[in-house]
Amino acid sequence: MPLGRVADVPDPDILIRARGLTKRFGDFTAVDGIDFELRRGEAFGFLGPNGAGKSSTMRMIGCVSPPSGGELSVFGLDTVTGGAAIRARLGVVPQEDMLDVELTVRENLLIYGRYFGLRRPVIAERTARLLDFVQLTERADDQVEPLSGGMKRRLTIARSLISEPEILLLDEPTTGLDPQARHVVWDRLFRLKQQGVTLILTTHYMDEAEQLCDRLVVMDGGKIAAEGSPRELIETYSTREVLELRFATAEHDQAAEKVAHVPAERIEVLADRVLLYVPDGDAALDAVRGLGLEPLTSLVRRSTLEDVFLRLTGRRLDDG
Amino acid sequence: MTAQTAPRGRPLQPGAESAGARIMAVRGFKFWLVNYRRTWRGTIYSSVLGPILYLGAMGLGLGSLVDSHGTASLGGVSYLAFLAPGLMAASGMQTGMDESLYPVFAAVKWQKTYQAAAATPLRPRDIYRGHILFTTMRLTMNMIIFLLITVAFGAARSPWVLAALPVAVLTGLAFATPLDAFAVTREKNDQAFSVIFRFGLIPLFLFSGTFFPVAQLPAWIRPVAYVTPLWHGVALCRSLSLGTADWVGALGHVGYLAAITLIGLAAGQITYRRRLYV
Repeated sequence: MPLGRVADVPDPDILIRARGLTKRFGDFTAVDGIDFELRRGEAFGFLGPNGAGKSSTMRMIGCVSPPSGGELSVFGLDTVTGGAAIRARLGVVPQEDMLDVELTVRENLLIYGRYFGLRRPVIAERTARLLDFVQLTERADDQVEPLSGGMKRRLTIARSLISEPEILLLDEPTTGLDPQARHVVWDRLFRLKQQGVTLILTTHYMDEAEQLCDRLVVMDGGKIAAEGSPRELIETYSTREVLELRFATAEHDQAAEKVAHVPAERIEVLADRVLLYVPDGDAALDAVRGLGLEPLTSLVRRSTLEDVFLRLTGRRLDDG
Repeated sequence: MTAQTAPRGRPLQPGAESAGARIMAVRGFKFWLVNYRRTWRGTIYSSVLGPILYLGAMGLGLGSLVDSHGTASLGGVSYLAFLAPGLMAASGMQTGMDESLYPVFAAVKWQKTYQAAAATPLRPRDIYRGHILFTTMRLTMNMIIFLLITVAFGAARSPWVLAALPVAVLTGLAFATPLDAFAVTREKNDQAFSVIFRFGLIPLFLFSGTFFPVAQLPAWIRPVAYVTPLWHGVALCRSLSLGTADWVGALGHVGYLAAITLIGLAAGQITYRRRLYV
């Protein structure tokens, strides 16, 4: 074993290891003793509403926020003592872009490459490749300020890749983008994943987590509520199908009570809808109609991570 | 400034790392340099115009009135020769303040340049020292310009005036390092800065011996002038330019300015870390 390594790292493919990781701000506990591991080559996600402790966790991994308790090692190094050495191997896409908006696209990459101590020709070669990858080649010499939100996000992703990092940290990579821009970003991230880049991301969009993450943890109130692949989580915490019913506002409460007689694994009554967790949605709908209820609309769909989250926390993801 | 070698996670490909990058603060400095490429022309104009206007209006214009009444209290030299080195030190202070307060606040609050840099191998202290390096460069530029204009006005009386250049730079740093350290702590707004300019810079500029000897002030207020860094810069620059400097006095002034600069550097190392590592 090489000198200077933490002695208890048996598996070199475990890039991040957290044990009882805690972050407190005064009396407020943002991250409350979480355990997780990140393996080389996987896309790992933290799914949870705003304030769940996702960003605090990411900042601790990025070595810009000292943990208040527990252990956190990245590449086998302690994040407090090995911060600079760890950051040299990480790429970070923060929630805010933090670009130098008065400089050009190319200058932003130049400065970042310089921070990593890269030589100009190396930066120039990577810049050409990365701008092509994020489809910004034509804007290379334009100022950043007038670029769209989606373009700025893509530039931030390109910037994070200038050092050819071993792990890419993405904090809410598509929050605030319009649907089209989100899909472009997802497409680029998916390609990175295919190239074998290890991704770790936070999101409060369940579709983002389902599309990008091989494995994820559901976070709520600073704690990990569940862990697994999207499919495992859905299989463990939800049913195969969900029947969504919407009733006229006046009848909503009454109908919700009656629906309780339909055999279902679980029933969630939301403000505007009733959700029935069942193996067979169409059969359940027939049973609802059999009770003499006629919903305004009905939808049979597959379970999603949204349902997992609702089951685990009793709240919807976008409730915040 | 101690040399910090770059931490190495894994060996970079041969030749990928740039030579100067081994000193981490140099990497932070390069950001300011790239940024300065956009604005340098404008700053040169004001660096040239300012001294010419001041030395013309005050040194020559007002100076002709002063000189006609006798300059015994100035040490028997012309008002221009008295004023120019003092103004040079004051100009160092001005540059030091200009380069520290708003640029630092912009980097930590508006643009978040600092937070972006903190995600890289740079540590808060490297980010801080990188900015101080850039401030030192700007001070050196401005003070060279000021010195050339002083000589062109015929206001220098001794070749020792060359030594006033690093002294004026140090005077600027004695303001820049503590004010950098302070500016980075501002969370919400920059209101404190206009207070510093109005009630700090302007009184110092007027009453630290730049325009008239501190001995002309009422006795009870003189000690206030003596503790300000600017007075030390003014006094030393002037004695060098007039050729009247002595070693003991010079070492005392340099020691005082260096002490303030180092205290600022130590403070900034703490305040930058507290602000960037939350």
